[in-house]
Amino acid sequence: MVRAISNWGNYPVIQANEFSISSQEDIRQRLLDSSLIVRGNGRCYGDASLAPSIVSSVGLNRFLAWNPMDGILTCQSGVLLSEILEVFVPKGWFLPVTPGTKYITVGGAVASDVHGKNHHVDGSFSQHVIELELMTGQGELITCSRDTHPDIFWATCGGMGLTGAILAVTFRLKKIATSFIRYHHIKARNLYEILDLFDQYSSATYSVAWIDCLIKGENFGRSILMLGETASPEDLTENNERLRAGKEPFLNVPFNFPAFALNKLSIRAFNALYYGKNLTKESRKIVHYEPFFYPLDSILNWNRIYGSRGFVQYQFVLPEDSGRKGIEDILQRISKRGLGSFLAVLKQFGYQNDLISFPMKGYTLALDIPIVYGLFEFLNQLDEVVAGYGGRIYLSKDARMSSEIFWKTYKNAPKFQEVILRYDPELKFCSELSKRLKIKG
Amino acid sequence: MQRAVLLLGANADMAESMARHFAQRGYQLLLASRNTEKLASLESDLKIRYDADVQVFRFDANDYPSHHAFYHSLPVKPDVVVVAFGVLGDTEMAMGDWNSSQEIISANFTGAVSIVNVVALDFQQRQAGTIVGISSVAGERGRQSNFIYGSAKAGFTAYLSGLRNRLTRHKVHVVTVKPGFVRTKMIADVPTPVLLTATPDQVAKRIDRAIQKRKNVIYVLPVWRYIMLVIKLIPEFIFKKLSL
Ligand SMILES: Cc1cc2nc3c(=O)[nH]c(=O)nc-3n(C[C@H](O)[C@H](O)[C@H](O)COP(=O)(O)OP(=O)(O)OC[C@H]3O[C@@H](n4cnc5c(N)ncnc54)[C@H](O)[C@@H]3O)c2cc1C
Repeated sequence: MVRAISNWGNYPVIQANEFSISSQEDIRQRLLDSSLIVRGNGRCYGDASLAPSIVSSVGLNRFLAWNPMDGILTCQSGVLLSEILEVFVPKGWFLPVTPGTKYITVGGAVASDVHGKNHHVDGSFSQHVIELELMTGQGELITCSRDTHPDIFWATCGGMGLTGAILAVTFRLKKIATSFIRYHHIKARNLYEILDLFDQYSSATYSVAWIDCLIKGENFGRSILMLGETASPEDLTENNERLRAGKEPFLNVPFNFPAFALNKLSIRAFNALYYGKNLTKESRKIVHYEPFFYPLDSILNWNRIYGSRGFVQYQFVLPEDSGRKGIEDILQRISKRGLGSFLAVLKQFGYQNDLISFPMKGYTLALDIPIVYGLFEFLNQLDEVVAGYGGRIYLSKDARMSSEIFWKTYKNAPKFQEVILRYDPELKFCSELSKRLKIKG
Repeated sequence: MQRAVLLLGANADMAESMARHFAQRGYQLLLASRNTEKLASLESDLKIRYDADVQVFRFDANDYPSHHAFYHSLPVKPDVVVVAFGVLGDTEMAMGDWNSSQEIISANFTGAVSIVNVVALDFQQRQAGTIVGISSVAGERGRQSNFIYGSAKAGFTAYLSGLRNRLTRHKVHVVTVKPGFVRTKMIADVPTPVLLTATPDQVAKRIDRAIQKRKNVIYVLPVWRYIMLVIKLIPEFIFKKLSL
């Protein structure tokens, strides 16, 4: 049945057929009919998991093997990170890398090669992946890793579903002593201060900053740096259950909000933190991992707060050498334009240089912007600036970049394209994104 | 003591939800199906998720002579047996092809009778146990779109009713389940009205409650009781002209 379907940003909306499946055989059958793309939990922002024909992986929801000695887990690709937490946190294990929402599938974590607050020390999700089971466009099953079929392994990590359907993933969990975080936050008066703080705290396991994009003058770039370490049992009071998984959401946003609601909300959130109880520059406390990693997951469907026109998340990375100057330049343009998001997330990335994955050593900035008249022209200009500094845009958040910018900024794109065409010569796995960026289809 | 449940036709969506539900409640699980390969991933999943005690067995509803040996070679005698297998089939095809007709009848009626007879005699002797039969609202009145399936389910419903009558004095309980529309993994392909469609999880919960409260005949969504009442009230001279 054809219906309107979109991902987290509610933009773009396309008419598509989404098929549920429960076995690899089901996918093989679908491949005989038409080209398609696999969709996980639809938490990418734009068109990466959209196509006229979509196969939903969420029915592939089984854990296949678990070794408690070394923490190696094999599960089907439709298992949600939230399910992994629910089962393994009580056993003393955590995700090696987690994005800002736990409602994504393991397949989506690989296909976007997601990063978390620990990228600068632990890298992206793929660094913890041992093996993938993949179905290619010809219905062939391939087990790939760094040693066997490394070409398709690397094209699949961050490859946005264009190499085929990931069926199962084997990866390493991280041992934890408690489900709590030793949290430490520091206010930075301006951009220079926050960038210095990142360097100063580069050995912290988890780090990320909220940055005020609108303020001008001497407080330009004022931010809050949030650091975290897994708490040890001694950090806890007796009331804390040592290993406890987070709770399920209890708030829901039932309908689309008028567009103006959002900026007020994020301004308030930021101000509450900045001027609120913690008047001191720094503060430390013990918090459960849930609010630390997933502050927004407690509100189901918060994306509806942006209204029915939808929004985009603009996330780019700049390499380290030009990064400081570049972030300042781009923030100034955003602040001058007064467009969109009050709040942005700034993070320092560690070294990474894989075939098609987004992260590289440097700085990444992500901001949510409701779609308004003139926005795309402005973002096109920003794209040129990002490209000029040697940076690039995260495909998993993107809904609008031009193919020229993609080919200019992803240096390995030709090699990536060569691999996917070799394994999928009939172009069975294509998405709206792969067509827009002229990668495939 | 740990209770054991035998799920016959364990690959069905509803059976999978029941397996998860029973695993969370600490039951020992005996999962049986024709396709044990497909069951393997469910087995590992239940073990990893719930530390469940799970075993998988091959069972073919159409292979009647094997049923006695299948049941009596199980490592433990179950406290609850759920008949979850069944085949919807294609009525149009079945009309012209006796093999497909027979497959529908066997999977929904004769195969079920064959295995449940064996179970019933054991439960009767042990003076304990619960038998759950997943029948269908389609068995309440034959409709042109699925009457071969419907008539087999009608037979199964009548069988369960008689069995309940026979076993009550032996302290054995029989539950007849008429699910109505259930959202399966294939939902995108065949849309059904939301308010009339139960999720497999709802089915599992309702069945568990029916076992505990010793209910006899349940519809998963109560509204189905009234829908079927209305359908049964339509006079035959009108009903026969409807395209249902
Ligand atoms: C609130 C929020 C916060 C986020 N924070 C972060 C963050 O901190 N860091 C980060 O890196 N990302 C972040 N993201 C983005 C998100 O983690 C990724 O977009 C992720 O890929 C979504 O996974 P999904 O299961 O929802 O898949 P979808 O969104 O449905 O698909 C994403 C891509 O994966 C492909 N895919 C999915 N499953 C398979 C499969 N089985 N086989 C082949 N291809 C597949 C799709 O084709 C598509 O290209 C965030 C998103 C939200 C909504």
